[in-house]
Amino acid sequence: MSASEQKLTRKDFVSDQDVRWCPGCGDYAVLSQVQKVLPELGVPRENFVFISGIGCSSRFPYYVNTYGFHSIHGRAPAIATGLKATRPELSVWVVTGDGDALSIGGNHLIHVLRRNLDINILLFNNKIYGLTKGQYSPTSEVGKVTKSTPAGSVDHPFDPIALALGAEASFVARSVDVESKHLQEIVRRAHEHKGAAFVEILQNCNVFNDGAFNDVTDKATKADSTLVLEHGKPLVFGRNRDRGIRLRDFQPEAVELGGGITEADLLVHDERNPALAYLIARLGPPRFPTPIGVFTAVERPRYEDALNQQIAAAKAKSPADLGALLNRGDTWVVS
Amino acid sequence: MLDGAATPRKPVEARDTVVIRFAGDSGDGMQVTGMQFTTESALAGNDLATLPDFPAEIRAPAGTLAGVSAFQLNFSSHEVFTPGDDLDVLVAMNPAALKMNVGDLKSGGILIVDREGFNEQNLKKAEYESNPLEDGSLRRYQLFQAEVTKLTTAALKDLGLSARSVFRCRNFFCLGMTSWLYHRPIEPAEAWIKERFKKTPEVVEANVRALRAGFNFAENAELFSVSYEIRPATIAPGKYRNITGNTATALGFVCAATKAGRPLFLGSYPITPASDVLHELSGWKQYGVYTFQAEDEIAGIGAALGAAFGGAIAITTTSGPGMNLKAETVGLALAVELPIVVTDIQRAGPSTGMPTKTEQADLLMAMYGRHGESPVPVLAAATPADCFLMAFEAVRIAVKYMTPVVLLTDGYLANGAEPWLIPDPAALPDVPVAFRTDPGAFFPYLRDEETLSRPWVIPGTPGLEHRIGGLEKEYLTGNVSYAPTNHEQMIRVRARKIAGIVREIPPLTVSGPPEGELLVVGWGSTYGSITQAVRDLQAAGHAVAHVHLRHLNPLPSDLGGILGRYRRILVPEMNLGQLVRLLRAEYLVDAIGFNKIQGRPFKVSEIASRCLKLLGKESLA
Repeated sequence: MSASEQKLTRKDFVSDQDVRWCPGCGDYAVLSQVQKVLPELGVPRENFVFISGIGCSSRFPYYVNTYGFHSIHGRAPAIATGLKATRPELSVWVVTGDGDALSIGGNHLIHVLRRNLDINILLFNNKIYGLTKGQYSPTSEVGKVTKSTPAGSVDHPFDPIALALGAEASFVARSVDVESKHLQEIVRRAHEHKGAAFVEILQNCNVFNDGAFNDVTDKATKADSTLVLEHGKPLVFGRNRDRGIRLRDFQPEAVELGGGITEADLLVHDERNPALAYLIARLGPPRFPTPIGVFTAVERPRYEDALNQQIAAAKAKSPADLGALLNRGDTWVVS
Repeated sequence: MLDGAATPRKPVEARDTVVIRFAGDSGDGMQVTGMQFTTESALAGNDLATLPDFPAEIRAPAGTLAGVSAFQLNFSSHEVFTPGDDLDVLVAMNPAALKMNVGDLKSGGILIVDREGFNEQNLKKAEYESNPLEDGSLRRYQLFQAEVTKLTTAALKDLGLSARSVFRCRNFFCLGMTSWLYHRPIEPAEAWIKERFKKTPEVVEANVRALRAGFNFAENAELFSVSYEIRPATIAPGKYRNITGNTATALGFVCAATKAGRPLFLGSYPITPASDVLHELSGWKQYGVYTFQAEDEIAGIGAALGAAFGGAIAITTTSGPGMNLKAETVGLALAVELPIVVTDIQRAGPSTGMPTKTEQADLLMAMYGRHGESPVPVLAAATPADCFLMAFEAVRIAVKYMTPVVLLTDGYLANGAEPWLIPDPAALPDVPVAFRTDPGAFFPYLRDEETLSRPWVIPGTPGLEHRIGGLEKEYLTGNVSYAPTNHEQMIRVRARKIAGIVREIPPLTVSGPPEGELLVVGWGSTYGSITQAVRDLQAAGHAVAHVHLRHLNPLPSDLGGILGRYRRILVPEMNLGQLVRLLRAEYLVDAIGFNKIQGRPFKVSEIASRCLKLLGKESLA
């Protein structure tokens, strides 16, 4: 019985390499959830490929017992593109971070999203450069004091979700490193999506940016600080499910339910509406809870399908005769 | 052929070799004219070489010096190696074209101009104080003033075309004239026009009429008193076509991938003068060719590397500025030991430099332009047609040795054309590719004993799941390793692997005496100029030899011995002396550089003169 025919378990996806993230790093939790989901996806282990760039998160492929490629800073989406285009049967995953994907590799990220290759991108956002020991990142808040910004950073951050939506991503979601079930579900949905799936995972760097997402991870605050998106459901949040988001004069507004305001007044989430997704993407602290879940999931043609269809059509139309190719154009015979 | 062409009524003189240049405004269709004259000449059985020369601006302001576009062709009844030094014939469509090109016309050469193009406005744009057609400054040449615009208009008058459309047919009128002058058949150009403009029959009619009108005018008018015959050259038998370096490069890659039985994947970002390879390959999808126009140069090579990981024959094409950007990924490819071919179609640098002009100043970058100890094989094509063989060879070496390979061509080879004896695909060598599928005793970096290359294992292979990456690897397992001695071992084995490619290099061909006074060593596109110069010198009795390098890393094993057999070594290069530096470092020889960095290839005469100077002689005789 070949490996691909056996029932896979989490253990099949654990490599023989020691995991070397800092103790307490949020990456461990993400790795663990991904390893739990992979055996359930119905994909032979040898058909999984994990491709990463540079950074703490990019060590991920070494720890997953599939095919893996730890590449160079920011370029994983480009490498994944060449692989997926020519080998569409593979399940290709890009593991990246806020510096890797949004700073040095920003161009590749937006283009892989607009092309809509059927790959899954897991962006670990810890709002800091960890591997280089603590410089601010393109998702760090303004005023971030780090080794490279002792007086506080002055540049405005990206929101990864809004960026992905702007790049025409067909699947955009957010989860949290410590939300095991939610994260598993999002990873599964990313896999099931036929097209580029972008997942931002809020991930704690307990060494250089500890507590960056405390409001969404602390038991005491998370119910009030997190908006869990569910397709077709009103945008309700809060410990007592008594708060919600409504639209007034085209502006989102956080409201208390009751006193004449009911769920019927709230925005209803629709994953098929990227415009709504963008509006929701703009929510977040301090005025709003942080949305997590699937912002948008829409179907559109995949790059590798279109590319391979063109090749198949050309093959069907004319044979691959090298002689004919070499003899094209004006020829003459010297005797 | 048209009536009368085979038996012209005017006297016929024989010529051995003719160098002609068509020059006009960028919008005047000079490249088309030159290409059609080339096809006619090839079909007439001449050997030939071409050199297009056009501005980077797609449409510089009409009539200005910056907007001049030219196409040069050397056609001959004997073997030719270059587009020629000085011009026998110049066709100038306007004053700017005249000004930019007349300096290359031989004294007594034929100068054909469109007289109406020399109006006050155009003279001013070309910064002429007085009309050169009238002020006697062209006295040294045989000046032929044709009223091209008026005659073309007359030939097309009943077609109801706009003045602008008529104006655009002038190039075919000139092609007709020059075709008559040199006994070229015009049928190929007619066939080309019919195919090119098949959707607009009135344009076909207009251009064909202009072509025929030019031909008939040249025959009947009092303008030319003689015509010239250039007999067919003695050329190896077989079937030929004209081929540019870029087309040859593209064909070489398709053939190699087909021979390997794998799809070809090109990741590329548009850049002059490399884009034509992308264009060509994009049209050949039935051969299993994937072309990916990437978001940037880095993604072009990155995608190629991803495709190589998946088992494709993966290539990327670029020019100097793109090479800079690809350097990091070349380093990754050599660390993970996956095969890709990086083609650098060199152009004049640094920075944006002169994008449409040629240079060979990227050799040291190809050799050393990466951080760390990062050797890669470097190949260089010598002629436009040689691009086919070297592209093929680059793929063969890349997959056999699991390494990135740099292939150097340049703008001169890329756009220049020469007749190509079309190879039989069946006679091309095999490109064996064997993916490892056996899980027994598998290690990702277990090396082949002879080649030292690691196994190519593609994702989707059960039981061989493994991880690769840019971090230093443990010698056998490929696991990340920071062990000091392991690092040195890996550095050395990667270097040994590349050095071992020397076994693939055939013995060098020395043209000329096997030892003696002077050896000219060249690489890349200087082949033509050096070959012709050395032949001319040898014909004049001088003991000069030529050896040309197509493998720059590793260098051929017999090169050191050859260098040792000559008293003087001259290395002409279109850079400040890059190969000469390698030769001096590698072989401790006192090689002398000869350098030209003008965006143009060496003239034969320049190389011949330099050789004569070294030989202590004044002139050829």
